[in-house]
Order: sequence, then C-alpha cells, then structure tokens
Amino acid sequence: MDFNFNQEQLQFADALKRWIGRDYSFETRRGIIHSDTGTSDTAWATLAELGMTALPVPEEHGGFNGNAVDMFVVMQELGRGLVVEPYFATVLGAEFLRLAGGRGDLLEQVATGELKLACALGERQSRHDMFDIATRADANGDGWVLNGEKKVVLHGGQAGMLVVSARSSGEQRGQDGVSLFVLPADTAGITVSDYRTLDGQRAADVRFDKVQVPRANLLGAEGRGADIFDAALDYGAGLLCAEALGAMEAIFEATLEYLKTRQQFGAPIGKFQALQHRMADMYIHLEQARSMALLAAVKLASPDAEGAATERRRAVSAAKYRINQAARYVGQQAVQLHGGMGVTDELPAAHYFKRLATIELTLGDSDHHLARFIAQPGFMERTAA
Amino acid sequence: MDLTYTDDDLAFRDEVRAFLAEALPADLQHKVRHHLRLNKEDSVRWHKILASKGWVAPGWPVEFGGPGWTPVQRHIFDEECARAGTPQIMPFGVNMVAPVIMAFGSPEQKAHYLPRILSCEDWWCQGYSEPGAGSDLASLKTTAVRDGDHYIVNGQKTWTTLAQHADMIFCLVRTDTGVRKQEGISFLLINMHSPGITVRPIIMLDEDHEVNEVFFDNVRVPVANLVGQENKGWTYAKYLLGHERTGIAAVGRSKRELAFLKTLAARERKNGRPLIEDPLFSAKLASLEIELMALETTVLRVLSRADKGPGPEASVLKVRGTDIQQQLSELMVEAVGPMALPFDPAYLEGEREHSLVDDDDAAPLLSHYFNYRKTSIYGGSNEIQRNIITQMILGL
Repeated sequence: MDFNFNQEQLQFADALKRWIGRDYSFETRRGIIHSDTGTSDTAWATLAELGMTALPVPEEHGGFNGNAVDMFVVMQELGRGLVVEPYFATVLGAEFLRLAGGRGDLLEQVATGELKLACALGERQSRHDMFDIATRADANGDGWVLNGEKKVVLHGGQAGMLVVSARSSGEQRGQDGVSLFVLPADTAGITVSDYRTLDGQRAADVRFDKVQVPRANLLGAEGRGADIFDAALDYGAGLLCAEALGAMEAIFEATLEYLKTRQQFGAPIGKFQALQHRMADMYIHLEQARSMALLAAVKLASPDAEGAATERRRAVSAAKYRINQAARYVGQQAVQLHGGMGVTDELPAAHYFKRLATIELTLGDSDHHLARFIAQPGFMERTAA
Repeated sequence: MDLTYTDDDLAFRDEVRAFLAEALPADLQHKVRHHLRLNKEDSVRWHKILASKGWVAPGWPVEFGGPGWTPVQRHIFDEECARAGTPQIMPFGVNMVAPVIMAFGSPEQKAHYLPRILSCEDWWCQGYSEPGAGSDLASLKTTAVRDGDHYIVNGQKTWTTLAQHADMIFCLVRTDTGVRKQEGISFLLINMHSPGITVRPIIMLDEDHEVNEVFFDNVRVPVANLVGQENKGWTYAKYLLGHERTGIAAVGRSKRELAFLKTLAARERKNGRPLIEDPLFSAKLASLEIELMALETTVLRVLSRADKGPGPEASVLKVRGTDIQQQLSELMVEAVGPMALPFDPAYLEGEREHSLVDDDDAAPLLSHYFNYRKTSIYGGSNEIQRNIITQMILGL
C-alpha cells in the first residue's frame, strides 16, 4: 500500500508549480482571458517545453506514456494555478486517439505541442449523456457526410483538429452506432462559433453542414465507438477530479489565510467557532475528495486488471460525484467566508469558485454520476470496495 | 502509487478469515449481524476465544503478549472481524488502560494487570467524564486525598460504559487543587468492589442499560494503585487519547451494515417493486456507499504513513465514520418503515428466538438507530473533533 507519488511525478508537479509561480500570475491570467483568443501561445509553448503535452502520449509517438496517476499530478497543479490554456481538451482528444489506435501522426504533433485538439461531443439535448447523439454520419462513396451541431465544445475555437462523435446507425440514445472521427477544424462545412465561458475559459458551438469525412479520419470501427467513448470520458472525468482537487486546495488555503488575517470585533475572524467549524468541514470535504480522486486515478491507470472496466466506471462515477459535492461545499463556503470580497471579480478565490462550478457541470454532474454508479453491475449486492 | 495489498497481506487475510470461519460461534455472529444486544457473557466468551489464539490485543508489543502485527495487518484483522460479525473486544482494558500501564505503570502493575487484561479476568471501565466535565475534562472535581498508604476518593463519574460489569475502573482524580487545573490530576486504578462505590444505571433512549453513574464515598485506594507520578495524570490521559487508531472510522463494520441494508432494500417492496430499484432510495444508498468508499481510502492513506504515529487526522476519521454509521442506521429504519416500530426487548435480549411481529431483521433497527445517536457524542463529540481539526491542523 503506497500513496506516494514517484520522483518523476513530483518533478512534473514541481516544474509546473515553478512556471505558474513565475509566469502565470493572476494578473497575467486576467490578461489572457481578456485577449482575443483567450489563450496564450507563450504559455502553450512552455507547457510543451516542460513535457506536459508529451506526457500522456505513447512512447512510440514521441511521448512519455504517462498514465492517469501521472496526469493526476499535472491536472492538480493546473487546477491550483487556474490555468486556462486548452490542455484538458487536447489531452482528452489525445486519449480518444490513443484508445482508438492509429493516427500516430496526430499524437506526435500533440506531443510536440504543434497540435491542439478539442472534443465535439455534447449536443443541445444531451445534457450529461454523451451517448445522446443526433449528429448524423451517413456513408457515401468516399467516407461519410456529417450533419449536426455540437454545443459548448471546450476550446473548440482554439483546436487544429476536432474529435467528433456522430451516429452512423442506431437509436439516438443507444450505445450501438456511435462512430468517432477526427478532422481538421477548418474542413469545409464546419462553422466554429467561439465564446468565453464563465470560468474564464473558451468554448465553441460547432456546426457540421454536409461535411465530407474521408475514411482515414474514422477512429476505431464504424458504429463501434462506444467502448472507446466510455473509457475516454472516464479518463476526462478523472482528470477533472484532479483539477478540481487542485483548485479546492488553492481556494481552501486562501480562505484559511483570510481567516487568520481579517480582523473583526477586535480579533481575526478565524477565532470565531462558527467559522472554524465551517473550515473544519471544508477540510473534511477536501480530504474525502482527495481520496476519491486518487482512487479514480489508480483505477484508470490499471486498465488490465480483472473486471477493470466496471471498477473504472464505479470509481470514476463515485469520484466525480463526491468531488462535485466537495467542490460545491468548499467553493460556496470559501466565498461566504470571504464576505463581500468573495463576490467580487477582484478576488482569486472567486475565480476558483467559478472554475469549480463549471467542473461540476462538465462530463457529468452529480445526478448523472450517481445514477451511473447505481447502474453498474452488482450495485444491489456489493458493498464498498 | 499502489493501492493493493501485498501477497503477504493477502495471505494474512486468508489466515484470519479461516480462523474466524471456524472460531466465531454462530449464535454470537447472529446477534452481532442482527443488531441484538450482547451481554457480558457474550463479550467474555469471544474475548477468551481470541485470547487463546493470542489475537486479543493486536496493538500490544510482543513482550506483553501482542501478536507483533504491522499496522496494515491490524487493519486487516479489524476489517475481517467486522466483516464476519464478531463481538467487539471491550476497549477499556485492552486498548485504553493497558497502553498507559505499559508506558507509565510500575513493574508490579504491569505484572499484575496486563495478564489479567489479556485473560479477561478483570472487566475494566473508564472513569473520565464527570457531571460538568465532559469535553472540558480538565475541570473534573473527584478528589483523592492522601492518607498514609491510601488515597481517600470522593466524587462522581458519569457515562461510565458497562460499569455494572466492572471489576476495575481507571480514574482521573484531583490530587492538588492549588495549581492550574491540568496540573493537579492523577491517574488511579480503583477496585470496583471497594466499599463506598455505588453504581447507578443510566437508561438510554433505547431503554438499554449501557452507561452508569459511579459514586465514590470515602473510597480507600492503595497508593500502589497510582500510575506514574502524582499530579501527572493529565499527561497519561492525553497519551491514552492519542492512542486512538484508524479503527475509530469503523469502516469494516459500516461495510457489513451497508451489505445488510442492501439485503433489506432488496427484500422490501415499494409500489410493488424492490425498494432498491426506487430512484429516491437507491440515490441515498449510493451516496452513502460512495462516502464510505472515500472514508476507506482516507483510512488507507492514514495507515500508509502510520509510522509517523497517530495524528489529528483521526478527528477526520471520527467525524466521517460516525456520520456514516448514523446515516446507515437511519436508512435501515427507512428501509423497513413501520415494521421498525414494535419495541421488542425480549427479542433484543435474546430471550426469545423470533421477534414479536415475526420480522427479525426489522425488529432491532429503531433501537439501533436511537442507540447510535451516541456515536457523534462519545469519544469527544464531533464538535470537539472539529475544534481539534481547526486548532491542530488548520492553526486557527
């Protein structure tokens, strides 16, 4: 039983921490958010230099073959630093490519930092069920024709290539008939409408209007994307858990510091028991969230174990559910404990709160993951792992 | 990072499982699994079975009769006992007074008391709390005044668990009133059969006799029964409190209870369907299961660095552990609904084989729910645990 990170993992974390401390201050970030693209080429180049873009890519494509525990460390630091660069969207896209096999050329470009990816999955009616896909992929002579619209595609406007889910057969909400494609964002017939999201990041609505997709751009087998899809979404949810943990740590520390310095009624407000107990409960949430984020990362990193897919789904859904609870409690209490300052745009803690709230709504909210946890085989019989 | 047990750990687990499968009497197991009340004889019986195997004091050093297990092995043992449904070993002797005697007691005290604790010759109880001195323990008022080779003890203890069975009580007493309140306290071992001791039952809200008031009226206690030095008792008491381990989370027992809850939820019907398929109920069930997964992982994290000694993180385990136990007791009552209402002490005490309304699973659950309100209060209330987190971890 060993809960320690290894030397390489600690080095990755340390490198990120130093970069963020030096070059990615809250003011720098504010400038990036309000720039035209909402991201920074300089920051992206540094992430690539530090090896972050290569980390999740398999070795044969120029990467470090990092697993979900390695990525945990990175996402936790990016969460602490509140980094708005399109890293999550890119590594999630890379995970689709890795799971599907093939397209090593694209993975190589991801590793070097040349290529950013985005995943065009959710639609207006899908809410949190990514299998609810109305976008059509109809076979024609040379491949497929895509028609449909994807909503709130994270960093869709900053990506060179898009991973797209579409239905080549089957019912709208069925697992069968899902096909996955990867195609250049500037392909004829694709319209990308970019906008800011409330947490300072970027997303886009992406329309597909008679988009011709060549055969080489199919990921995995036609109509058989469900397993890849499911595993990749779990990977993404696991990464978000780690990012949320980092953000919670940061907002927790900021709040603790505030309680020690802000004076009222002649004492630091941290001397008042009503506030102390709120902090203690935030701490308990944080520790439970940390446990679940780690558990999910370890299960994601053990894809070959017996019954691994069920274990992975259980652990990830449990983790995302638990972290959503923690994110809401810790975020809301942090704002409350900061008083009036907490509801201003000036305060970093407020921005962590916004990021935590958006993570809650990304890749499955609490109800979604609780229902998925219940739906796993054996829920009726089994007890906690 | 590796969250799996080693092969050695797994072999140990199999050994424990095999032993329990053979050694745990079926009637005791039935009582535990079905929330029936255990009497003194039940407890002593199981204590002696474990003692004969050398497993009754997993935390003790080998020189005093402990099995020499690693912290992980102790955790596995606790888990397996909870899973099987063994009675709990009473902690007052084995886990509370014994470590204090080992650390601070005289050679005579070690030689006399420790073997008797192992063999269950003495039943111990704890004399810490007093009326007016619960969480604020240092304000205790029971006095011990030196008179030659004896102390004369006067005062009152309360919330004394199972004192009605006890042969010995370990007490905090005031031996100096002229100093700071923590500095005038001593740690005394007192024979419960001494003249001048009166035990008065306190009946709890489930009408069970689990705790007592203990009155001391000019009780003569030999000076030889003082542990360590006079007026240093506060140090020893804190040592005892710091001896709590990850077992405080009671993850194993909660896992067993969760499994029981699921059998209830599969058995009960709502709108003609199994209750476990009801979306409202299954959501509560799943949420609790996830909370327990998180707690178990947190326990393992604490265990994996157990070499650093027990720390204030035990407070996190206590708050979450007891909250989960209480929620389990609530959901079990919700699961059986009105069938929890009949009060059936004769069945609870094991005087009748089956319950009044012929629902043996449901009959004890409301009593259990009422009884378990204690968990967030005893052992330092959960509010006190939050104070500990605030002060020791957060530095507020």
